[in-house]
Amino acid sequence: MNLSSRVRQGDTRAVAKLITMVENDFQHAQKILQELQQYCGKAIVIGITGPPGSGKSTITDRLTKHVRKMGKKVGIIAIDPSSPFTGGAILGDRIRMQDLATDKEVFIRSIGTRGHLGGLSRSTQAIVKIMEAMGKDIIFIETVGVGQSEIEVIKVSDIILLVVMPGMGDDIQVIKAGIMEIGDIFVVNKADRDGADKLITEIEMMIHLNDDGVRSPSIIKTIGTENIGIDPLWKEIERLIIYLQNSGQMYQRRKNRIRKEIYDLFQENWQEMFFQFIGEENLEKEVEKVIKQDNDPYSVVQKLTEIFKEKIFKGGI
Amino acid sequence: MKNTRIRVLVAKPGLDGHDRGAKVIARALRDAGMEVIYTGLRQTPEQIVETAIQEDVNVIGLSILSGAHMYLFPKIMELLTEKEATDIVVIAGGIIPTEDIMELKKIGIKEIFTPGTDTNKIVKFIKENVKIA
Amino acid sequence: MENAKSYWETNSLNKVLNKFPERKKTFVTGSNKEVNNLYDPLDLEDYDYLDDLGYPGEYPYTRGVQPTMYRGRLWTMRQYAGFGDAEESNKRYKYLLKNGQTGLSIAFDLPTQIGYDSDHPMAHGEVGKVGVAIDTLEDMEILFDGIPLDQVSTSMTINAPAAILLAMYTAIAEKQGIPASELNGTIQNDILKEYIARGTYIFPPLPSMRLITDIFDYCSQKLPKWNTISISGYHIREAGSTAIQEIAFTLANGIAYVDAAVKRGLDIDTFAPRLSFFFNAHNDLFEEVAKFRAARRLWAKIMKDRFGAKNPKSMMLRFHTQTAGCTLTAQQPDNNVVRVTIQALAAVLGGTQSLHTNSRDEALSLPSQKSVRIALRTQQIIGYESGVAETVDPMAGSYYLEKLTTEIEQGVKDYINQIDQLGGSPKAIEKGFIQREIQNSAYQYQKDIEDKKRIIVGVNKFQSEVEEPMKDLLKVKPEIEKRQVEKLKKVKEKRNEKVVRKNLMELKKIVSTEQNIMPAILDCVRSYATLGEICDKLREVFGEYKESIKI
Repeated sequence: MNLSSRVRQGDTRAVAKLITMVENDFQHAQKILQELQQYCGKAIVIGITGPPGSGKSTITDRLTKHVRKMGKKVGIIAIDPSSPFTGGAILGDRIRMQDLATDKEVFIRSIGTRGHLGGLSRSTQAIVKIMEAMGKDIIFIETVGVGQSEIEVIKVSDIILLVVMPGMGDDIQVIKAGIMEIGDIFVVNKADRDGADKLITEIEMMIHLNDDGVRSPSIIKTIGTENIGIDPLWKEIERLIIYLQNSGQMYQRRKNRIRKEIYDLFQENWQEMFFQFIGEENLEKEVEKVIKQDNDPYSVVQKLTEIFKEKIFKGGI
Repeated sequence: MKNTRIRVLVAKPGLDGHDRGAKVIARALRDAGMEVIYTGLRQTPEQIVETAIQEDVNVIGLSILSGAHMYLFPKIMELLTEKEATDIVVIAGGIIPTEDIMELKKIGIKEIFTPGTDTNKIVKFIKENVKIA
Repeated sequence: MENAKSYWETNSLNKVLNKFPERKKTFVTGSNKEVNNLYDPLDLEDYDYLDDLGYPGEYPYTRGVQPTMYRGRLWTMRQYAGFGDAEESNKRYKYLLKNGQTGLSIAFDLPTQIGYDSDHPMAHGEVGKVGVAIDTLEDMEILFDGIPLDQVSTSMTINAPAAILLAMYTAIAEKQGIPASELNGTIQNDILKEYIARGTYIFPPLPSMRLITDIFDYCSQKLPKWNTISISGYHIREAGSTAIQEIAFTLANGIAYVDAAVKRGLDIDTFAPRLSFFFNAHNDLFEEVAKFRAARRLWAKIMKDRFGAKNPKSMMLRFHTQTAGCTLTAQQPDNNVVRVTIQALAAVLGGTQSLHTNSRDEALSLPSQKSVRIALRTQQIIGYESGVAETVDPMAGSYYLEKLTTEIEQGVKDYINQIDQLGGSPKAIEKGFIQREIQNSAYQYQKDIEDKKRIIVGVNKFQSEVEEPMKDLLKVKPEIEKRQVEKLKKVKEKRNEKVVRKNLMELKKIVSTEQNIMPAILDCVRSYATLGEICDKLREVFGEYKESIKI
């Protein structure tokens, strides 16, 4: 049985190996992803983001257990920041989800933000595809909502949960700065703490200011560690999905997702090809020229693009 | 283009709650550019093996100071065999007497790192023993 | 004096430094605190003997909590012991008592500490390994067979299920005809440090605090001689903290317990005298002695100023010490005897009330009989031969020591302020602040060893070419688990099942109210309900704690 068949059978090892291939050798993985494309599109992809410590992993764990009771199969992609210096990472989200490790219908994969040739989004898109092909009904993408690549990757989802908690202080500014516009549901976790109601008021004000008539995020209170608020949260998610599907917005979102996927792939493939064609030595020569003020980067790219185009027309690529 | 990254699962099997060593090593491996999956305390052999497979790790590092290694480690090796995952390199550390080390190596634990081991030694061992396809 | 010092520096010191520079650029204590070349009266300019030290037995107790200290009575020599089943451990206790140990200290296995019976799936492979397996009252009976409980004081290292073990101890004392009011001993009962550094928690923080304050309340009435808690810094230090962090996080936890008890309506001067502490004795002799004295002085001030305690006994920090396990090496294990000696000396010079000395083979296994005897003799030689116990607080007045004591006290105060800002110790733990501080220190410690800034003899300097494996290490018999499971089965067959069920139901009811749980636990224990059964009832009401802090 080949790899793609084994993936569709739900063979954990095969799935895991394919994911590794996506991260380490995308060109090779791409061929298999092509075979799997037809089995995709049925899963709901839910992004879960928010500042560190807000309880995302706990909420992911609880939601998963909740939908498991309904017989749904779940995939979880847990994204943690890699060290900008060493490229290494400590991927610790699983700590809060380890009950699920022995549930046969739950597949959890931890990834770091770095070292993804082609970017985190491309890898994540591919992993979503693999999880869909293996039969998952719900896929959670969990990531900290700071940093450009993390904000980008969360757009791979159909709907986005923003998990916040009282007492965050300046973190509310962080939320405003990037992910506010894309949150569909605000989860006010640790809602038993002081400041919960104040936070809800702040969020309501922010929503009001940003209201474009199309999106109107809802706010749900939870206490993840005590399993409180999970049922209402899931009901809200279901309600939102039905609403989006009926209003045609889900279709539009999915189209945007595909557009983004194609764009990302295109960008990466051409970027890789381009620089492969140039070769490291030649690139180095051009860089030396620029640093000696012998040339500028714009001219370099122009020149190389012309050579590249010529080569293509001559059929040399 | 190909990428090579080494993924290591650092696991605390059984009831032992001492995680100083595991955490120090996790950091050292990260500083050496590896991706470390740390799953916290009280992991059963089943949880460890299942996690190792899902995360497609190259190495499992087991840390135990409670003396229960002669029960838990064989269980873990058994499960890895059952799941046909014996290509994963298994190493261990903690309080493990010399006479047990022989036995454990026989069942497939590649190396045991006793107290006082330099973390650079562990990094080197991993780099030398992991085959990146 | 300043002039004299400048003169010395210019004319003597610098002359030598120019020819022979010092061995290192910077000199530091074991906790990486910088150490000067020399200390003199100039370092103690603001120092006042009566305010800062006082006399022993007098506020702020810097010099000790009793006026006579070891001249009245040597510290209790209390070796932590336990392994296998109750029969095995009973033998070891009798051996230690025969050899001059003056107090018992019980080590329980991990299943017992985490509220699992020996036949629980999570207990496989762990039964009897790090301590004695206790499933029912019958095991306790065997454990203390032939040991009269009115003649020993017993310390039990038990935390989450402390109430149950205390109940068992009380129940066997009953059987020996000894009233609870006569019992002397301690239960560790310090759950906050479990979340921080030790990992043998069961229930979440809030219900755990309830259990702890129930015990404070119950003991203040029924077991007035019992130390209800041993607020611990030992494990925090073992997890890699510095000396200042060890004291700071311990006292912060202490503050949290006192807060909880006071909130509950308990009278501080009734329960506070029975709080006790447990510290680590690490390598740096002066830093450790300074640390103990700083802890005493600061706790006294905290109890008086922050909590308004009036009873002098409420302000006295009494503590047990254990020599630092994390400093023991697997390489050249005999060196460990020397390390333990220096560490034990620090504890004694620091005025500890009781002491456990580690055995040389503990980086490899639990102590063998031969090794534990050496450990005990270490204490006895210090007490009887070295002369340090012949006068009270002999190191007082040392310029270095007093300066260090003050510096450590300040460092501790700073941390306590930070923790107060975060809302107290339980909140700081929830936010991961305390754990992160410790992890950073632990990582730095390891880096220092690898960079050879910190030397470990036999490990990164003066290594052996070939290590001779140690002989006669203790091995816990593999049949212990099977035997224990058999025993458990038999107890369940013999007991009155109806009574057990009734008592467990009653316990669940009481736990869900605000009533003190101890009487209900006593009933369960007397009817031979198992530790696991009782804990499961508590789990049903309280839930279980889940670790959640990232590295």
